[in-house]
This record gives sequence, C-alpha cells and structure tokens, in this order.
Amino acid sequence: MSKLPDGLQYSSSHEWVQDNGDGTVTVGITDHAQALLGDLVFVELPEVGKQLSTGSECGVVESVKAASDIFSPLAGEVVAVNQDLSRAPEVINQTPYGDGWIFRLRLADPAEMGTLMDAAAYQAMVDAEQG
Amino acid sequence: MPFVPHTPDDLTAMLRRIGVGSIEALFDEIPAELLAAPLEGVPPALSEMEIGRLMAQRGRQDGQPLCFLGAGAYEHHIPAAVWQLASRGELYSAYTPYQAEASQGTLQLLYEFQSMMTALMAMEVSNASLYDGASALAEAVLMAVRANRGRAHRVLLPRTLHPAYRRVVRSITEPQGIGLVELPYDPRGGHIDPESLDDLSGGDFAALVVPQPNFFGVLEEADALTDWAHRQGMLVIAAVNPIAMAVLVPPGEWGSGGADIACGEGQPLGIPLSSGGPYFGFLCCKAALVRQLPGRLVGRTLDRDGNPGFTLTLQAREQHIRRSKATSNICTNQGLMVTAATIHLALLGSEGLARVAAACHGNTRRLSERLCTIPGVEPLFDRPVLHEQALRLPAPIPEVLRSLAAHNILGGYDLGLEYPELAGAVLVCATEMRTEEDLASYHDKLARIIATRTQPKCPVQPKI
Repeated sequence: MSKLPDGLQYSSSHEWVQDNGDGTVTVGITDHAQALLGDLVFVELPEVGKQLSTGSECGVVESVKAASDIFSPLAGEVVAVNQDLSRAPEVINQTPYGDGWIFRLRLADPAEMGTLMDAAAYQAMVDAEQG
Repeated sequence: MPFVPHTPDDLTAMLRRIGVGSIEALFDEIPAELLAAPLEGVPPALSEMEIGRLMAQRGRQDGQPLCFLGAGAYEHHIPAAVWQLASRGELYSAYTPYQAEASQGTLQLLYEFQSMMTALMAMEVSNASLYDGASALAEAVLMAVRANRGRAHRVLLPRTLHPAYRRVVRSITEPQGIGLVELPYDPRGGHIDPESLDDLSGGDFAALVVPQPNFFGVLEEADALTDWAHRQGMLVIAAVNPIAMAVLVPPGEWGSGGADIACGEGQPLGIPLSSGGPYFGFLCCKAALVRQLPGRLVGRTLDRDGNPGFTLTLQAREQHIRRSKATSNICTNQGLMVTAATIHLALLGSEGLARVAAACHGNTRRLSERLCTIPGVEPLFDRPVLHEQALRLPAPIPEVLRSLAAHNILGGYDLGLEYPELAGAVLVCATEMRTEEDLASYHDKLARIIATRTQPKCPVQPKI
C-alpha cells in the first residue's frame, strides 16, 4: 500500500478527512479502500444541504465487482459534492486523496475531529485487518 | 443433470471438512420460532402416467368457453411457431443461467427482449423481466421511493388501477413504510380527472401511477397526468398493456417529459391464459434510474479480441453482491415466458402488433354496440376505451354470468366484486380471437337471459 499522506485524519470505515481550517472538512475514501473495491464505475453522491450524523450512510461507491456504502466520518451539513465523479468515477482510483474527493462537510462540532485516527493509527488498523 | 448436484457422500465430506455435524446445524442461529413447519401438505411423488392424467383432469376443469373476459389477462392468438420454437432444447429453460456468460444465446435473446420492450415503451432501459405485472408495479413503486432518497414515502395509486395490482403493491410496499393513497375516479368518465388532482398539489408524494388503459378499459389523460405529477416533483409510473402501446402514445412520450418508469403484464405477448399463470412482468425506465432498477439486466459488449458478446451487467444492484442493500430480492427473471414473448414480438413486428390492437378495439366496439341494443344495457362510462368496455345490465351480474356460463360463455368480469358502487356493471372484452358469430352468439344469449329476468309478471293469475 502506498504511503498515507500527512495532514489527513482517517475513520475506521476507510474515509479520509482533511481539515480546511474554516469549519469545513473534505472527505474521500482511502487508497486502501479504492484498491479493495477495484475499478469504480459509479459514485452516488450525498445531497448538498443534507444533515449527516456520524457514521450515517451518505453515498455509494460501485465497482465492477462490488458496491459499498460511504459513511460520514463526522456530523455536519453537506456543503459541496464532487460532481466530476458522476462522469469520471475512476478519478477515485487514480487520485483518491486529491481530485477523488467526494464531499465537503460543515462540521456540527469541530471538536469531533479528535475522534479520528492519524496516519499511523490508520495504517496500524489496516495492517491488523490484513493479518 | 439433477438440480441439486451433490450426493449424500459429497455433503458428508463437505460437512466433515468444515467440522459441522449436519446441514441443519448451519442454520442454528435462526430462532426456532421463525422456522416454518414441515411441508406436511405436499403429496407423495407421482409417476409420469399419474401426473399426466392429473394434469389432463385439471386442464378439463377450465373447459373451453367462448371468452369475453379480460380484466388483466387476455386471450390472443399465438402463432404456432412461438411455442414450437420456445420448446427447443436450446431455449427451454425457466431460468437465467447462473454461469450466465457461457450461455450467449440465452443472453442474446434477453437482450433482444429488452430492446423490443424499450422500443415499445419508448424508454431507455428494460430489465430481463419480473414475475408478473402486479409485482413489477410494486418494484416500480419501490424504485420511485428510493430515487427520491427518502424525501417522500407516499405514492398515489388510482382506483382505476387493477384491484389485484393494488393489493399486491400494498402487500409488498406497506411493510417497507410506504404509504399508498388511493385516487378516486370520475364516475362519468371512469378515468382520473386531472382537475381533481389540484387538491393534492404540494402533497409530498414520490410518484403517481398512471394505468393505460385503466382497469375499466378506459383511456386515461396520460399527458395531463404526467405533466401535473412532474410539476409536483413526482415521478410518473406507467402501468400499461403492451399490446395497447402499439397504437397509443407510449409512456416515454407522455406529456412534455415522458413517464419515468413503465411496467405491466407481459401475458398478452404470446403467453396462453393457462388458468392464471405463469405470466411475466416487464419493467422499463429512464437511464437516469437504471441503478434503481431491480432484476437481471443484459448488456452488449466486446470481448478481449473485439468480438461482440452479451453479459449480465450492473450486477452491483443485485442481492448476490449488494446483500441487504440490493434494489430488490428479485434476482431472476421469467426466462421461458420471455423467450416466448420475444419470438411472438419478432413474428408480429410492430405492424402486426398494431393490427392486433386495432382488431381488439374494433371487436370490443362492435360487441358493445350489439349488446347495447338490448333494452336496459348501456355503457357505464362515456370515455373512449381500448379493448374493454364496462356495461350496465338490467339484471344482477352474478346470475347473468352464471346463466351465460351454462351456455359455455365466459361473459366478463363482475365489477361489483371489487367496486361495490358499480354493482350491476360488467366488464366485457372481445379480442381479435372473437368472430362476428361469437359476438352474435353472446348478444343472443344475453338478450334471452335478460328478457326472462325482466319479463313483467303475468297480470292474469292462473285460477286453481
């Protein structure tokens, strides 16, 4: 698995979270998650304006062999979604941490960021899952 | 090859390998109270001779009446080639194959079926069929509610829709938290009056179901209904007779935006009445809704060497992949019925299908005109129909139908059975199968039955 980028936080359901510094965060799925899913063919995005609670299902990523829910790693309101993914879901496979972002969330409680894992903790979790 | 290929030795070997004592032990997490009782009512196996005799007896129970009954299933001419071809070994299977891509012929046939249905409905996508028209409509309702992502959980279901369809939709969707609101019909026209819908504006509904023609045979104002529903942000589900679509505007062209989902009963396309089944349902939709579409879907693609081939596609919607999040627990199709329907459609072509629809319409009109010459018989509704007509009779319908049955005539459907306010009305149908003599025969028998029932009592009492 490629090295995890610095400066991101991670959830146990394989989403990454970037703090934008203005009360909003950007969310995507990790390189590990996209590698498990395989070639993505469809992304169902959350709706802008929707209030999400922590751990709620807010979208779907579908590959040629599986479909998996996207969970919101934090609570908040969806303020933007990556519409480019509707036309080109493979961007998640190519650049999961960059152009492959999925949605932005205005946090209900910024302190909730502390519940997420840093790169080292997430790496350890993935290693443990892979046994 | 037997359907279950494992021998007892295979089972024992597999159980020993995983360290489990019995097959039942694999299911021990299911609470005992949920387990169904053993199937005590299943009789012992019969020999081929015995089963042949039993089936012949069952077949004779239906008799061969002169059929003027429609109400959801229709007696149409089926060219002899349809079932001759469908019964060939290469095609004769009820199933979509599990190792699907190894059966290119079956997949191509399903792909042709899908292409024909999308052409007939003017929709972009069709699945490979469902069990019947009623369950196809239930799936369409579930699709519409999923598609609007939980904003509205109610659907408008007109009373002009087939009563059995309404019951099936209720059985399947209400336990999933979907509210079904019935729409009344216009008592003069027997249709949904688009102006009556204004009270429901802004009513938070996911979809409106539009039958065409409706259960009374009457044509709905599909364009006005579609445009009204779209203005309210609802989806439009068309529940249509496939034969009718050869001569009426197809769902994809209703109003300014077209219906979003089209479904219905496929039986009129080459499937015999067979005492009520098996039939098949069809389900089509706009491309934007394809990920909400349940069931098998065949696509055309290119293999590694660039040769065209057929494959099951978008399987991530289905339960063998998505498990509990699948669009539906339907993971199959009515393979054999669809095989027959595809051959039937190919033999008739669009022109043949339109001629069948026109002949049905003409026969039903002629029947209605003949019957309405009998004093007291009149049309129940004043709007145009396709191939069924509701008639009011001057005698109790159950007794009239019994008397007609004694003359080997299946006289129609007693509307009072499902619509108490329409007691005294019968729904009649004359498909292309009925000849002028058939129509005359029905007229003569009905005239005599009504005459005996309505004859005034003789004013002179016999003296004893």
